[in-house]
Amino acid sequence: MRAIDTLLSGDLPRSRLLALALGAILFALALAPFLFPGTRSLDVAAKVCIFIVLVASYDLLLGYTGIVSFAHTMFFGIGGYGIAIAMTRLDAGWSALAIGTAGALAVSLVLSLLVGLFSLRVKAIFFAMVTLAVASFFAILASQLSDLTGGEDGLTFKVPEFLRPGFRLLDEPVLGVVFGGKLITYYLVFTSALALFLGLLRAVNSPFGRVLLAIRENEFRAEALGYRTVVYRTLANCLSALVATLAGVLYALWLRYTGPNTTLDFAIMIDILLMVVIGGMGTMYGSILGTTLFIVAQNYLQDLMKMASGATRGIPLLPDLLHPDRWLLWLGVLFVVCVYYFPLGIVGRLRHGGARKG
Amino acid sequence: MTQPSDDQGPLPQARIDTIPLLILAGVVIVAFFLIGSASTWVTLTIAGVAMGLLIFIMASGLTLVFGLMDVMNFAHGLFIAIGAYVGVSTMKAFSSAAGSESFLENLGALAPTLLGAVVVAGLIGAFFERVIIRPVYGQHLKQILITTGGMIVAEQLIHVIWGPDLLPLPRPETLRGSFLVGDVAIEKFRLVAVVVGLSVFAAMMLVLNRTKIGLLIRAGVENKEMVEAMGYRVRRLFVWVFIVGSALAGLGGALWGMYQENVTVHIGAQMMVLIFIVIIIGGLGSVGGCFVGALLVGLVANYVGYLSPKVALGSNILLMMIVLFWRPQGLYPVNRQ
Amino acid sequence: MPEPLLTLAGVHTHIGQYHILQGVDLAVPRGELTMLLGRNGAGKTTALRTILGLWKASSGSIRFDQAEIAARETPDIASMGIAYVPETMGIFAGLSVKDNLVLAARESALDEARLENVFRFFPALRKFWFLPAGLLSGGQKQMLSISRAMIEPRKLVLIDEPTKGLAPAIINNLIEALKELKQTDTTILMVEQNFHAARSLGDGVAVMDSGRIVHTGRMADLAADEALQTRLLGLSLDVHQ
Repeated sequence: MRAIDTLLSGDLPRSRLLALALGAILFALALAPFLFPGTRSLDVAAKVCIFIVLVASYDLLLGYTGIVSFAHTMFFGIGGYGIAIAMTRLDAGWSALAIGTAGALAVSLVLSLLVGLFSLRVKAIFFAMVTLAVASFFAILASQLSDLTGGEDGLTFKVPEFLRPGFRLLDEPVLGVVFGGKLITYYLVFTSALALFLGLLRAVNSPFGRVLLAIRENEFRAEALGYRTVVYRTLANCLSALVATLAGVLYALWLRYTGPNTTLDFAIMIDILLMVVIGGMGTMYGSILGTTLFIVAQNYLQDLMKMASGATRGIPLLPDLLHPDRWLLWLGVLFVVCVYYFPLGIVGRLRHGGARKG
Repeated sequence: MTQPSDDQGPLPQARIDTIPLLILAGVVIVAFFLIGSASTWVTLTIAGVAMGLLIFIMASGLTLVFGLMDVMNFAHGLFIAIGAYVGVSTMKAFSSAAGSESFLENLGALAPTLLGAVVVAGLIGAFFERVIIRPVYGQHLKQILITTGGMIVAEQLIHVIWGPDLLPLPRPETLRGSFLVGDVAIEKFRLVAVVVGLSVFAAMMLVLNRTKIGLLIRAGVENKEMVEAMGYRVRRLFVWVFIVGSALAGLGGALWGMYQENVTVHIGAQMMVLIFIVIIIGGLGSVGGCFVGALLVGLVANYVGYLSPKVALGSNILLMMIVLFWRPQGLYPVNRQ
Repeated sequence: MPEPLLTLAGVHTHIGQYHILQGVDLAVPRGELTMLLGRNGAGKTTALRTILGLWKASSGSIRFDQAEIAARETPDIASMGIAYVPETMGIFAGLSVKDNLVLAARESALDEARLENVFRFFPALRKFWFLPAGLLSGGQKQMLSISRAMIEPRKLVLIDEPTKGLAPAIINNLIEALKELKQTDTTILMVEQNFHAARSLGDGVAVMDSGRIVHTGRMADLAADEALQTRLLGLSLDVHQ
């Protein structure tokens, strides 16, 4: 119990249901290759791991600092392009991976510092507008500099031998699972994601995190107490950007590909927003629930809707609303409802319900 | 300490800050030398002005809405999309008039198209203000989130109603193509855009400067509290500004759709970035700044698009950066209390 | 004695987590100019803003002209015939002097006779009629702000430190204008730090301290009683002259 407390930086789920859900997700992700064999489900599991980190890093901004940024995918993309460019230009080995990652982190740090110092002094609205413009500029840049980035097609690259799908650790499958590069990559992604998440959890529960919350609650007062709010906000912005960059590295590594559609697309930014808000802003655990729910819905809700749409054929409008391509409509509605009525999202509901019972 | 009454002193002059206007003129002049060909330059300039005026139509409401109530509507692009799609449907319904060789009959298609876009966008604006915006007055974070959410849902609903495909939005017959003045080719529709854009700008200036409502809007942007302390309901005023702003975005959307001759679901989100850039450049809350900013963006986009197509898409953001480094509050900062 | 035009009873106002007004009881008689005095931070400006609904009273009653207004919105309260001249003057800098006054005349177009009256006291306004009010000097802005309160008949005018930061010559000019305003049967509640202005204008006086009214009486009595001044305001008012 003490160990768990330390690991979670004292920020326990504080709800039996929440703990149960988190435990189930952790269990499923940890054993995904064994529980859900098949390429598609492993893809889903890896994406969940990576997006949990991405979404949690965004929550550090949105939920803990009260800043809306539309440039989070930019940092995600920098991570992806960083290793993609390094791996295609250099020898596709571990050193290229390290160089690419380090380079991407450096670029993200500088950019986030610039964006932060440039616009964090002003209102939330202005920051949101500027980041939107900057992110769209970056997306244009990535598609225009096709010599470097592969343009719209993106970059497909080789990963270190050890991580290649063809690589075999054991000659024979164990329990029907191939012990090869894919499995190794998955566990690399999984453990990195877990470590990054716990790191973020530590950050928000540290004195630094508490100052961020104080600023969010009352900027004027925090300023009066002697906190340099701009400094803290800029730090949060940088930390968040760096973690997003690492998530981008992991995603590119998993896909062995980086392109505008997997990283820089504005639709991904919208997805992140939905995941944070539905999961619960300002509750790191919300990113786990929000991401899992969203990505599972993205991949499986459509099947369900196809059935519903078919079943309601003949009724006007309803089949159109239930068309599988309209799954985002319903998540969008859920998002709006969350912002109005459940600002702490699912986690807030679970904790609230748990507290009442307890 | 202030000076005692300076009755004998010289009369201070009312001055508009002309530097941004000079920059605008400078851009046009520099472009002339860079382009080298007078006819190309005229064509590009007209295209830039047309584009700038269309952006102004779409952006002006947003900047006033922000100025009055500190509300930033991230779903403003929705009204642009609505206008464009209503335009598609209306133009289709009047396709015989639009296909006629007679300019008057063409007008019979253009007028209901634009009117439809204005009315529907305005109505949806009224609904949006009541349902989405009003509950989150004064809460910036929620405002950004909720309007973004509204945009997501609305975009999906447009999918449901009009389908996911690119739809054609043809210009009426006599407004297609261009005519030649000397060796300068001028696209007819661009002239329509210029005429409508200038009319909207003139009407807006007239309202803002010569009517009591307009004075109240300007006063409210500066100091909302004082306007209320004088007994006026800024909220009611705001609702109307929001509706008119939405309707204008609809008008702009329909015109923009015709300008491009087709419409996609992303038209709103795409224009949103441009519009943000324009109102940031102009100074949040400033209509005059929005006008200059829109022209600047339109002209630069066209000039750069010709001179160096690769850079064109990003030119606006570079422009924004430069302006912000020079004047962090935009070209015409609004003095707000 | 007739009912006062404005009565505050047990008014509390919170701003954020700060408890500013802590039970204000105040009566402003009709046709008089009541001076509201007190140290900095005593809550005078908050009292004015609470009357106008710019801050909402968290409890207590505010009666104006036989109506309870504590829960009403600012525009409604102002429409009952209250004008406000804030400490910051609240000038619309981008609007011309004329347009500032056009907006202040809520009921109708500008009244020529009243306008002439304004110009008589503040000739500078005529001179700068079409210029943006932002170009005016500090004193001229204050003149414009007071003119906005005079351009239409109002039952009650709330004025917050009109002489702050102004040169003596302008202050005398303002005092004359305010005296004229008093003649028009307008009730005035005025916050003032300048004793000269306070003594020459005030009929009644109320002194605030720590969010409460600690003394009410006639201005002339307070002006004559140095010991009382020292006790209430921490120093003799004459020092301010």
